Order: sequence, then C-alpha cells, then structure tokens
Amino acid sequence: MGALTEQISLTRTAAPARRKPGGLGDQLFRAASYASAILVLLVLFGILASIAYGGWPAFAEFGPGFITSSAWNIGQEQYGAFVAIIGTLASALLALLIGVPLSLGIAVYLTQLCPGWARKPVSMTIELLASVPSIIYGMWGLFIFAPLFARFVQVPVSNLVEGMPIVGTLFYARVPSGVGILTAGIILAIMIVPFVASITRDMLDQIPTVLRESAYGIGCTTWEVVRHVLVPQASVSIIGAIMLGLGRALGETMAVTFVIGNANRLSASVFDPGSTIASRIANEFNEADGLQLNSLMALGCILFVITFVVLIVARLLVRRVKVA
Amino acid sequence: MDALNTVAGAAPPLQASRVRSGRRVADKLLIGASTLATLIGILVLGSILAMLIIEGVKGFSPLLFTEPTPGPGSEGGGIANAILGSLVMTFLGILVATPVGVMAGTFLAEYGRNSKLADLVRFLNDILLSAPSILIGLFVYTLMVRPMGSYSGWAGAVALAIIATPVIVRTTEDMLRLVPSTLREAGAALGAPPSKVITAITWRGASAGIVTGIILALARIAGETAPLLFTALNNNSWFSPNLMGGVPNLPVMIYQFALSPYPNWQQLAWAGALLITITILALSIVARFVIKSERAR
Repeated sequence: MGALTEQISLTRTAAPARRKPGGLGDQLFRAASYASAILVLLVLFGILASIAYGGWPAFAEFGPGFITSSAWNIGQEQYGAFVAIIGTLASALLALLIGVPLSLGIAVYLTQLCPGWARKPVSMTIELLASVPSIIYGMWGLFIFAPLFARFVQVPVSNLVEGMPIVGTLFYARVPSGVGILTAGIILAIMIVPFVASITRDMLDQIPTVLRESAYGIGCTTWEVVRHVLVPQASVSIIGAIMLGLGRALGETMAVTFVIGNANRLSASVFDPGSTIASRIANEFNEADGLQLNSLMALGCILFVITFVVLIVARLLVRRVKVA
Repeated sequence: MDALNTVAGAAPPLQASRVRSGRRVADKLLIGASTLATLIGILVLGSILAMLIIEGVKGFSPLLFTEPTPGPGSEGGGIANAILGSLVMTFLGILVATPVGVMAGTFLAEYGRNSKLADLVRFLNDILLSAPSILIGLFVYTLMVRPMGSYSGWAGAVALAIIATPVIVRTTEDMLRLVPSTLREAGAALGAPPSKVITAITWRGASAGIVTGIILALARIAGETAPLLFTALNNNSWFSPNLMGGVPNLPVMIYQFALSPYPNWQQLAWAGALLITITILALSIVARFVIKSERAR
C-alpha cells in the first residue's frame, strides 16, 4: 500500500508539467502589474516614514510637551504644536457645522425636489466646485469673501455682542479684517460641500423607490419622508461622507493659508486670526532649517495621524466612492 | 425615475383642514432650506468664475504667453515661463503616473481581484486619494530635495505623479470591471495568455474610461500648489533644461504674486488664475461626459 502511494506520487512529479500559456512576456506583464500595486502601498508607508524621520528630532527634544505647548518662538528655538492643532480642529469643526447642513440640503434638493430637466446641470455645477483648485478658493476667500464678511458680519456682530458674557468673547472681532478661524471654516465648508453632497445624493438615490413611494402614499410630507425614511436608511453612509469631508478639511492647505490670518495665538473668538498645521507648514517651511524644520515635520506627522484615522473610519463606513 | 421625483417634488397639494400646521411648516422649511442650500452652491461657483473673468481678462495680452515673469519692482512681463514649467512638470508627472496607475489598476481588477493584497491596496489607494497633498510635498522634500541639495522640477514632477496615481488606479479598476467577463473567457478559450487577454481585450474595451481617468488626474494635479512649494518652488526666469533649482510654475506663481505688493504681479496672478481654472474646469467637464457615456454603454 505504501509502495503504491509512493509510485503514484512519483508518476505525478514525473508527468510533463502542463504548459503554461504565454511565455516570458506574460510573466513580466504580471510582475509589472504586481509591482505597481506594491508601489502604491510603499508610497503610503514612505510618506509616514519620511515625515516621522524628519520630525523625530523635534519629538526627541520636546517630548510629549510638543503637543501641549503653545510656544512657537523661532528666536529661542521653542516649538509646540498646541495652537496649530487647536486651529486645525476648530476650523475643520466649523467647516462641518456649516458644510454638512448645506450638503444635506443640496442632496435632498437634488433627489427629492429638483425638476427632472434641471437635475443634471445642477448636479454638475455642484460637482464642479470640487474641481476648482484650492488656491483659487484662497483668492476668492481673501479678495471677495473676507471684505464682505468683515463689513456685513464681523462689524455688526461685534457691535451687537460686545460686553455680553460668553457670546461677547466668542464672536468679538478685535480687528474686523475679515480673515480668521471662522472665515477659514466657511471656505472649507464650501470646499467639502461637493464631496459630501454627491456621496449623500448617490446614497439617497440607492434607496428603493418603493420605500419613498409608500411613505408618500400614506400621506407623508417631504420633510417626513426625508426625516423618517431616507435619513435612517442612509445614515451610516452619510456619516462616512461627513468623515471624508472632515479628512479633506483637516489637511487643506492653500485656501486656509490665504484666509486664516496665520497668527500663533490662542483666542477664544472665532473671528480672530489663528493658524492650522497645514497653513503653518506652507508659510514657514521654505525659510526654516534646523529645529524649526524638524518641528514643522513633526507637525506634519501629527496631521498625518489625525487625517489618516479620520479617513480610515470614513472608508470603512462608505465602502466605495466615485472619483468623478 | 425623474418623472416620479418631479411628481413627488411638486409636493402634493395638501388640504389645509386635514394636515396639522406643524407638519406643513416643517415641510415648507425643508423645501426652503434645501433650495437655498443649492442656490448658495451655485452662487459660489458663479461668483468665483465672475471674479476670475473680471480680474483676469484685464491682464490678458499676447505678452502673457511670450514674456517671462518680471522681477520684483520691474514693469510688464508675462507668465510664459510659468506656463511652460507647469506643462513640463504636469506632463512628466502624468508620464510616470500613467503606467504605474494603469498597471496597479489592472492588478486590482484582473490578477488580484479578490485577494487579500488587492483589498489592502484598494483600501490604501482610496485613502491616498484624499490624503492631504501637503504631506506628499513633505515626503518628496525628504526623499529628493534634501539629498539632491536643491529644489528641482524633477521633485515637483514626482510629487504630482504621487497625487495623480491613485486617481488613475481607481478609474482604471472601475472601468476594467465594467468589461463583461464573457469577453475575457472568450479570449482565454482561444488560448490567449492572460497578458494578451488584458492588453487586447479588456484594455481595449475600457480604453475610453482609462483615458478619462488620466484626464481627471491631469485636472487634479494641474492646480496643486502645496506640494510644489517644497519641491519645485518658483523662479522668475526661464528654467534650465536640466530642471534643477527653482522651476517656475503657475500655482506657486499665483500664490506668491497674488499676495505681493506689486500691482503688475497681482495682475499676472489673476491672469494665471483664470487660465488655470478654465483649463481645469474644461478638463473635468470633458472627463465627466466620457465617463457618463462609458457607464451608459
């Protein structure tokens, strides 16, 4: 019996190998395709490794205090990330507060209210907002939006709330120049709208029409259909879309650099200038060297960690998103 | 579907007596708010375009395309060197990103398909797609600018290639998946090796879609500013063909000139902004129409 199995296995190995289709060219093609996929992986790890390597001296010098310190003194070589981290989070949060209702409104309009003929052009206009380069948003924010914002919002609101507790600090502009954290938040909100709105629209479109029809059939109003039928059905994807928008808002650079005012100051007022991690890197990187350069790299490292956590959560919630 | 939306959207006439007023108010508020949100979106795009056209057209002249950017304080000048620099770097970026992106997309759609590796690459590629571009600038700075000791157009091109690749990977995979597997099976049944099946059948079937992905990537990188700040920087003269040192390019030129105190610089920045935005919007509109017709097929 043992001999028999041995014999069989021997014949197996001895049998002429099945001819593989294609020759060397086929193997090479396969290898190239495989290598390209690996390269995409390597780039992502390369980004993390290079930024961590560049920022390491700053982390080593300041320890965990780097994150909690709000110093940024080039003369005395004292650096801390706190102001930039708070600025990043605050502007992104404001962007969500303004951008999410806008996006949801647009998605509801496009899927429920828009007349058929206008749907495509309106959709396209909103999506084109995503193609406008971020530097153009920066110019628009600084030269068009900021003067209007200073004149019609900052000045009247400051005058109104001056002296009031809490709102008096939160909405008081010492120098109503139009730039500041809130301006950055508004520009970021406009920039995330096309992404959040188009994903939400696609998700609402995927909900079976029967559900909607039956809700209308029992006499629901549009509001009730949206609130009780559509939103619960698409909620996970909508949250994913919002996280994706948050990821964009956290890392956005040029537009924010134009309108945030670039001050290393912690202020309780949303009208005051501040800075984000990305805007600080963009502003100082070219003139920096030594520990300042390392500290900017360390800021980049913190930004990497924050955005990638947000993006990973977003991608887990929204499985796949269209590119265009 | 559209017709149905219209009917639903027209909000069936509610009989006042039978509907509680609170419900009607909530409904009206929703309709008003979402229409307003859409109007705001359209208005913003309109005002951006209006701003660019009003400010940009003033500076348009043939000199724009023949003269290099002027030095600080000097009169006149154009943006010819920046246009050329941007074209060269964008072209080099796409030249690198296209083979890598198409091959990686092919791996995801054909060879890998449901493997663990493909899942991982797909996931990370999607993350890379929305990664902050400034981090890619820092990466290329550490990788190339520092070891080479100088800003260079090569570093700029690599940064742009890294931003373009995920877009191409993603569209290539999506478009290859639209090719029916019966076509692949027919090819394999004739004895064609996998590489032959892919190049002669699936790529050919999805060619319009893949080209669209490349156009989308082009639109994405043409206006990228942040990564170029640390890699190609900018320069006010014609660049040397070896692309070493600061290479002039439109986005960084716009950034520096728009915030400068010189009126002629600001004027050039507006002209450049108009040029770049029109180009990018045109590219995205073209890409959108090709993708639509491809998906409809």
